[in-house]
Amino acid sequence: MSAGTVRAPGPATNESARARRLTEWVFRIRELGIVLALVLLIAVTAILEPRFIEADSLRNLALNASIFAILAAGQTLVIVTRNVDLSVGSVLGLSAYLAGDLLSGNPGLPLPVVFALGMALGAACGLFNAILVTWGQVPALVVTLGTLYAFRGLAFLWTDGSQVNAETLPEAFLDLGTSSVLGVPYLVIIALVVVLAVGQWLRDYRSGRELYAIGSNPDGARLAGVRSDRRVLTAFVVAGALAGLGGVLFTARFGTVDATAGVGYELTVIAAAVVGGVAIFGGIGSVYGAALGALLLGCITSSLIVLRVEAFWQQAAIGALLLSAIALDRLLGLRIEAALRRRSARRAG
Amino acid sequence: MPADTATSLSPAGAPVAPASGETRESPGARVRAALGRWEALLVGLLVLTFLVGQGLSPEFLTADSFTTGSLDFSEVAIMALALTLVIVAAEIDLSIASVLALSSAVMADLWNRGLPLELIMPICLVVGALCGAFNGVLVTRLGLPSLAVTIGTLALFRGLAFVVIGDESVTDFPATWTDRAFGNFAGTFVPNTMVLFAVLAIGFGVLLHSTPFGRSVYAIGANEEASYFSGLRVKRIKLTLFVLAGIVAALAGIVITLRNSTAAANVGQGFELTAVTAVLLGGVSIFGGRGTILGVILALLLLGGIQKALLLSESISSYWIQIVTGVLLVGSVLGPNLARRVSEIRRRRSSQRPEEGS
Repeated sequence: MSAGTVRAPGPATNESARARRLTEWVFRIRELGIVLALVLLIAVTAILEPRFIEADSLRNLALNASIFAILAAGQTLVIVTRNVDLSVGSVLGLSAYLAGDLLSGNPGLPLPVVFALGMALGAACGLFNAILVTWGQVPALVVTLGTLYAFRGLAFLWTDGSQVNAETLPEAFLDLGTSSVLGVPYLVIIALVVVLAVGQWLRDYRSGRELYAIGSNPDGARLAGVRSDRRVLTAFVVAGALAGLGGVLFTARFGTVDATAGVGYELTVIAAAVVGGVAIFGGIGSVYGAALGALLLGCITSSLIVLRVEAFWQQAAIGALLLSAIALDRLLGLRIEAALRRRSARRAG
Repeated sequence: MPADTATSLSPAGAPVAPASGETRESPGARVRAALGRWEALLVGLLVLTFLVGQGLSPEFLTADSFTTGSLDFSEVAIMALALTLVIVAAEIDLSIASVLALSSAVMADLWNRGLPLELIMPICLVVGALCGAFNGVLVTRLGLPSLAVTIGTLALFRGLAFVVIGDESVTDFPATWTDRAFGNFAGTFVPNTMVLFAVLAIGFGVLLHSTPFGRSVYAIGANEEASYFSGLRVKRIKLTLFVLAGIVAALAGIVITLRNSTAAANVGQGFELTAVTAVLLGGVSIFGGRGTILGVILALLLLGGIQKALLLSESISSYWIQIVTGVLLVGSVLGPNLARRVSEIRRRRSSQRPEEGS
C-alpha cells in the first residue's frame, strides 16, 4: 500500500480494491510530481549554470536539506493525525544547545550518548505537547504555539546570552556535520535512514496506518477501536525526538550555537511537508513526500543563488510554490472524489 | 469579582480551574458563572500583573512606562483586532506580519520615487486590501484551508517586500509624520498609536458585537454549513474579513514605518504569532464562534503589562516573558477544559444521589 487516505473499509470486494488502487496511483503521481519538479529545476539550473551540478554544490544542497528533511518527517506524523507541531524550531534550539553545552564541557563524552540525550530532550518536549493535546484536550495549534514560546524562553534562560563556539567542540563531532564517507555526507546518510525508517513505519505498519485513520476521521477511528490518544502521543513524541536529533545535527553542522538556533524553522518545515503533499487537515500524505518537499525547497534556494536571481525572490518563490502545491492537491482531491463516486455509482446501478 | 478571581490563581500566574472547590449551593453557581466569563479572569490576571509589576519596580505604574510599553505593542495590538474577526469565523491569517512588511516596503519605494506621503498611505492600504483579497479568494473560492494558504502567503508577501526594496532601508521620512506616529496625544501620556488602536477597537467592537455582519461572523464560526443554509453569504463575509485583516495589517505597516522612521522588508517578523497569541489568550476559540473584542483588548493589556513588568524588573530575567506567554496561552484553554471536566464529574456524582437532584 502506498501512503494515502484510509477510506472507510467497505466490504472487501473487487471494487474497493480497485478504488484503493486508484487513490494509490494518484498519490504516487503526487510524489512523482515533486521528483519531476526537482529534476526539472536541477536540469534547468545546470544548463544555465553548469557549476550547479559540481559535486561541491550538490553536496552543500544535500547538507542543507538534510536537517529539514528529518524535521519534516516528524512533522508529517503529527500533521497526518490532524494536529500540528509549531514548537519544532524551539525544540531544535534546546537540544542544539544541550549538545553544544555537553560536548564543550566534557569533550570525551561518547557521541551516541550526546545523540541519545538530545533526542530524549526532544522526546520529552514532544511528550509534554502530547499530554496537553490528548489529556488536556487543548487544540494542538494552541499547545504548540504556547510551547514555541515557552521552550524558546527556556533556551534563553538556560544559555543566558552565551553561545557555544566551534573551537570548543571535539573534532569528531564536527566531522559528522561536514565530512562524508564514499562521497556521501554523514548528515545525508542519517537523514536517509531516518526518512526511510519513519516513512516505512507510517506506510506499512499497523500503528502507522492508524495515524491516517485518526487524521481522516477521528471519531470513526475511535469507534473502530484505534487507541487514538496513544497514537497521537506517539506521533508527537517521535516528532519531538526527531527535532532533538535535528538539534544535535544542527550543532554538528554549524558549530556555533546560541539560544536562537532554529528560530522560524517551524513554518519552513510545515511548508516542506505541505509542498510534499501532506494535507494540513490530516489523513493524507507521506514521509517521503515531505522529505522531497524539504529537498525541493532547499533546491529552489540554492538554484536561485547560483543563477544569481536576486536572493529577494527566494521567499516569494517558496510562497508561490506552496500555494500552487495546495491548489494542485485540491484539484487532485476533487478528481479522485469524482472518480470514486462515478465508480461506485456504476457498481450500484 | 476581580479580587476573588485573583485569589484563585496559582503563583505562577497560570489560570487554574476557577474556584471549583467551594461551589456547592446556588451562590457558588453564580460565582462560577461570573468566573466562567473569561474576561473576568483576565481582569483578575491584569490586577495581579499590576500588583506584581508594582512590587517588582516602582516605575511600573507610571505614565512613562505606559507610554513606552504600549508604543512597542501598537502594531501587534492593531493587527490583533482584525485577526479576532477572522478567527471568530473559524479561519486564520498568518500572513498579516508579511502584509505589514509589504506595506512598509511599498511605502519606502513610493517615497523614494517622490510621491507625497498623503497619497502613499492610501495606496499602502489598497495593497493590504489586495493581499487580503488574495488570501480570501484562495480560501473561499478555491476552498483551500486558510492555515496552509496563509503560511504560503506569509512567505510570498514577505518575499515581495524584499523584491520591492531589497535589503536596503529607507529612513528619510518627513518629521511631521514620524512625530505624529511617535508622539503622544494632545499633551497626555497616551501615545497617538494607542488612540488609533482605541478608535479601531471601538470600530471593530461595534462591528463584531452590534451589527448583523458581526452576528453572521459568529454564526459562520459556530456552524458554517448551518449559516450557509440559513442564507448567509458565507464566502462573501469571509472574503470581507480577509480583506479587512489585510487593510489593518497595511495600516500597522504604515504605523511601524513612521514610528521607527525606518522602512525595511524584515520588519515585524514573528508578529503574526504574537497577534494570534493575544487573540487566543483573549478567549477567542481557535475553532471559531466564540470570543469578544473586549477579551482580546484585555489580553493585549495583559501581555503588554507582563512584558513591561519583566523588562523593568531587575531580579527576574526578561527571558521569562516568552515562558509566561506560552504558559498563559496554553492555560487559557487548558483551564476552562479542566474546570468543565471537574464540574462534569461532580454532576455525574451528584446525579447518582437522588436527594440532591434539584
